[in-house]
Amino acid sequence: MKRRTLLKGTLAAGTVGMAVAAGLVAPRAVLAAWPKEAFEADSISAAMKGIAGSDQAADGEIEIKAPDIAENGAVVPVTVSTGISGVESISILAAENGNPLTSSYMLGANTDPFVSTRIKMGKTSDVIAMVKANGKLYSSRKEVKVTIGGCGG
Amino acid sequence: MSSIKVRAQAAGESTTVKCLISHPMETGQRKDSKTGKMIPAHFIQEVNAEHNGNNVLTALWGPAISKNPYLSFKFSGAKAGDTLKISWTDNEGNTDSVETKVS
Repeated sequence: MKRRTLLKGTLAAGTVGMAVAAGLVAPRAVLAAWPKEAFEADSISAAMKGIAGSDQAADGEIEIKAPDIAENGAVVPVTVSTGISGVESISILAAENGNPLTSSYMLGANTDPFVSTRIKMGKTSDVIAMVKANGKLYSSRKEVKVTIGGCGG
Repeated sequence: MSSIKVRAQAAGESTTVKCLISHPMETGQRKDSKTGKMIPAHFIQEVNAEHNGNNVLTALWGPAISKNPYLSFKFSGAKAGDTLKISWTDNEGNTDSVETKVS
């Protein structure tokens, strides 16, 4: 009987410990939402599947604003906007980067289908913008010539 | 001092947000030229923007976002004086946030 009480006590303490650990781990759990596989994918197709669930994208009316020639591949300004309605997310990929996916943006209900950021590009390649709207994928690309790569030292 | 500089400006229906974050955004693929050792990856993974407590944008970033990242986006439904909160989390678990008023 005593042994049973002890066991119960230990179990209870264990549960509390787990709960505390779970509480502490919570911020990590949020981070776990970061799609590691998509970001570490080394092909465009795998990156698209990882972030959007499919690598089949229709050509869409997506405007990519990026320089024709980027002198410094470490800082390439890219702006993506589209007239497609019901946009859920926008992803930006650099086709020839070791890991093509640079970033992905989940838009709120009142957020315009527009994002602007600066990316690193290893060498001359297409910048691909992928838009998910109403469950469908659309993509568009624009070539950026890079004179100095941005992924080296 | 916060690592985030943010400006949110309302013009009619649409509010344009521009932010600049101080962060090394190390890819983990660079060598330290002095020691010859790899510099470990250190980059922001997630940026969140909240308008009056509602999420307007979640950005998921890889190491291919430039050092000291810039992010701009637009949303509707805000008016001058509303609160906009920007926060980020990096791969080492560091985090920072800032609140600003829409102007």
